[in-house]
Amino acid sequence: MEAFLFWLFSIVGVACGAMVIWNRNPMGSAVYLVTTMLCLAGLYALLSGAFVAALQVLIYAGAVMVLILFVIMMLNVRQEVVPREGSLPAWIIAGVLGLIVVVNLAVLFRHGDSPTVAEDFGSIEGVGAQLFATYVLPFELISVLLLIAVIGAVVLAKRRAP
Amino acid sequence: MFVDVVIILVKAGLVLFALLNLGGFLTWAERKQSAVMQDRIGPNRANIGKFTLLGLLHPVADGIKMITKEDFIPEGAHRALHTLAPAAALFPALVIFAVIPFGPTVHLFGRDIPLQVANLNVGIVYIFAVSSLAVYGTMLAGWASNNNYSLLGGLRASSQMISYELSIGLSILGILLIYESAQLDVIVHKQGELLWGFLPQWGILFQPLAFFLFVGAALAENKRVPFDLPEGESEIIGYFVEYSSMKFGMFFLAEFVEMVIVSGLTVTLFFGGWQFPYLQATGFVWPFGWGTLALPHWLVVLIQVGTFGLKVLVGCWLLLVIRWSLPRFRYDQIMHLGWKVWFELALVNLLITAVVVLLVT
Repeated sequence: MEAFLFWLFSIVGVACGAMVIWNRNPMGSAVYLVTTMLCLAGLYALLSGAFVAALQVLIYAGAVMVLILFVIMMLNVRQEVVPREGSLPAWIIAGVLGLIVVVNLAVLFRHGDSPTVAEDFGSIEGVGAQLFATYVLPFELISVLLLIAVIGAVVLAKRRAP
Repeated sequence: MFVDVVIILVKAGLVLFALLNLGGFLTWAERKQSAVMQDRIGPNRANIGKFTLLGLLHPVADGIKMITKEDFIPEGAHRALHTLAPAAALFPALVIFAVIPFGPTVHLFGRDIPLQVANLNVGIVYIFAVSSLAVYGTMLAGWASNNNYSLLGGLRASSQMISYELSIGLSILGILLIYESAQLDVIVHKQGELLWGFLPQWGILFQPLAFFLFVGAALAENKRVPFDLPEGESEIIGYFVEYSSMKFGMFFLAEFVEMVIVSGLTVTLFFGGWQFPYLQATGFVWPFGWGTLALPHWLVVLIQVGTFGLKVLVGCWLLLVIRWSLPRFRYDQIMHLGWKVWFELALVNLLITAVVVLLVT
């Protein structure tokens, strides 16, 4: 059952990820990206990260992608005006970089056993304890970063046109 | 293993069956309720021979009508997304109920069966996550119809839904702090305990403000009066103007199923879920030492499931009364209310709750 779900989520996720790039319609791409996010959430859930899975759906599929869809709706980009991007050198560089990442990941996964996890791993309590004890400094730094982003957005939005 | 799968499937089937039928039933209840409140008779014409069953056949007739009508996709519309949108609207409404417990654990043939489809550790976060997906149906419907009115309607509706999502989340977090769990069955169990020996610890006792904030924000999320601008049946053209037949029916059904969900969540979080006051697993235990009344297990389960159903129905009825009592907000008032009043009140409520919980424990 788990293996079946793993292959289902991975195949659908990767296929939809590819369709994000191939689809010429911005709205279609966005919907494919949402599907990829949902598949990622499914994979997290299989890796006993239930809380992370729920947050993945909540934040990426439910908030970030909604805003992207919003922008697409507001701008109403038409298919014809989207420029065809990418040249041959760019394709080659991207391809080589991608291949290196894939090979490295493959090497990485061939080493060592799969780790065993603690009882409360991935639950709300487990993630919370990790977040506010072990990783409290990065956590606080990220919140400061987000605060800066919010203030920056407000400043930019409030600036009057001369 | 096999039996477990069957049990889960049966539970999921039961919940879906109840949810969809209650949704259909509510379309009738809404019309009858509005008729009662406006001194009319309401639906009474659909019949089989002589039997009209108080108009209860109208939902059936509506269903048949919607399925058999012409399904029209406007020219220039994005066909795939136009078809996907109603499904995207109905899906979250149908899966949220999976984490709501509708009864206690049943002992049957040597098994313990919790009357809840999925007992997730992240219960409340799951509800946030799935309900945050509800906005896609609205957005896609507005965009894919190739109609400027529905596009504007979609933008209006989705910005409203996004605005009130925050208040919903923040208002429930207080409950999470008090019962110290995000698991809905734990929350319901803790609401069965007694305060000072006689008062059931229902959520509304500790979080009255959160209750009002939650119901208000849920109404806005559900796009019903007084927040029904996105649909605005008669005067403003909404996001699903280009939908016909059962696709429109799915938007319609989603709205009514969401009402059941709002009612079910309110009952679970604020009114003790399936708890009946003073009813323990063995029978009634009266407060002040007035003795006990032992009941067989099946009767206790029956009373508790019945209590849950009754509470949900009363909640739905209240939502209907609200729907037919209030006038509609103006759009800027909705946004102002959502961001500058509701959101702040929810934050203050959360802060006070957190401080009090910290001081008490």
